[in-house]
Amino acid sequence: MSDTLAKQLALVIDLNVCVGCHACVTSCKQWNSSGAAGPLADLNAYDANPTGTFFNRVQTYEAGSFPDTETVHFPKSCLHCEDPPCVPVCPTGASYKRKEDGIVLVDYDKCIGCKYCAWACPYGAREVDEERKVMTKCTLCVDRIYDELLPPADRKPACVMACPTGARLFGDVKDPTSEVSRAIRERGGYALMPEWETQPANQYLPRKVTAAFGE
Amino acid sequence: MHPAWSVIVFTTVAGAAQGLVVALALATLLGVPLAPGAVDGALLVALLMLSVGLASSFLHLGRPLRAWRAVAMWRTSWLSREVIALPAFIAVVAAWWLARRVGVSAAWLPLLAIALAGLLWYCTAMVYVCIRFIQEWAHALTIVNVTLIGLASGVLLAAALAVLGGEPALARRLVPWALALTLLAWATRTLALRRNAALKLKSDLQSATGIRAKKLVQKSMGMSAGSFNTREFFHGASAAALRHIRLALHGLGFALPALLLLAVLLGAPLGWLLLALGVQGVGLLAERWLFFAQARHPQNLYYQTVS
Repeated sequence: MSDTLAKQLALVIDLNVCVGCHACVTSCKQWNSSGAAGPLADLNAYDANPTGTFFNRVQTYEAGSFPDTETVHFPKSCLHCEDPPCVPVCPTGASYKRKEDGIVLVDYDKCIGCKYCAWACPYGAREVDEERKVMTKCTLCVDRIYDELLPPADRKPACVMACPTGARLFGDVKDPTSEVSRAIRERGGYALMPEWETQPANQYLPRKVTAAFGE
Repeated sequence: MHPAWSVIVFTTVAGAAQGLVVALALATLLGVPLAPGAVDGALLVALLMLSVGLASSFLHLGRPLRAWRAVAMWRTSWLSREVIALPAFIAVVAAWWLARRVGVSAAWLPLLAIALAGLLWYCTAMVYVCIRFIQEWAHALTIVNVTLIGLASGVLLAAALAVLGGEPALARRLVPWALALTLLAWATRTLALRRNAALKLKSDLQSATGIRAKKLVQKSMGMSAGSFNTREFFHGASAAALRHIRLALHGLGFALPALLLLAVLLGAPLGWLLLALGVQGVGLLAERWLFFAQARHPQNLYYQTVS
């Protein structure tokens, strides 16, 4: 998998403007529950212990010590690694990385639900669907971004469309002129857990240090 | 990691069966006088155990009817290689048993059985070793331990079967080997436990999020109820339970069986071997449980706090 692809679609997440509203979480769930792949199961949805399959989560962290603390909202989904450790371990070939655009996908018809790919992902980006009994993960809305029935402006992942603050950028990180490449280059985009050399395609834009008002 | 009983039973039972076949094959090749009926019976026990192991591994799958697909990616996946090696080993053991029954002498069959038993141990271990960011697993000791534990329990099983099959001389011959292998496996497993205790993890919350603050705490994992991430990667057992399991690993897996084997070596009744086998079986299930529970997956950094 080490040969680099000419095109690599990815998300760039701007931690300066994410307000932690979870609109990307619910829009992801809605889109991926309504498509051809079937629903993302929810178990005990109206019970005491609800649980369900999600491709995207927004987490919240507190950085620094009081009174100099910052609340950072941190969306997390599959990073579509350029060297994805989840792909070569799959015994059936259900887990694969597309040559044409670098999206990491699961062929739900080939998956045996052994969960080994989830073990082999350091980011916890994969979730077993407890109803379909197969591994599922973020598809970068592959069934949406190439849909020519949609107006060109709408051919983006559901999470990107839903974000009210524009914290989620989408594009080809191998094209140096793309919005995502420029953002990574000019605003210090970084990868998660670089120590494992998975080369995540998705990157994050760090908080800018700003002076307090009046200083 | 959350220890899955299907995988614990599969690796423990199949590992002992592999050790049993290796013991029988070596005894045959070295010309140890054996009653033919005893060897045939022991090979059947091995085949039964391997079938139990195979069936147990199927219970781990969400879609067991598609399991045949798992042989496809042997070029890249150690799991795929294991899925090929296990039935291949079963086939060779069955062929050896059949050859003995019909009276065909084929020395290459026990030789091939030894080679495939070794290959299967290697594949089983590499399934875990190759996940580089589970640092508890990604070490040569994992291969050593899987192999030695399989050999120790398999030779003890061979001795116990010899007692049941009315072959006291063979049982007595196997006892020092079972004792030596049990002590050796105990030593290398203890080394792995020490290594895990001293392990410095490469990932932390800062590298996981890229937020460069000295003090960084999670306030919310993004959901109030659990998910696959909170179920699959956390063992959920208390510190006291972990201590008890570790005690079972040392005491039942190695110390008590070694004492019983030593007693038999010094003249205690051979029936004690059956007791040793039962005790070690329970202890090795605890060993494999702890092998999974001790593995700290880096994804757990993202799932610390429910707000």
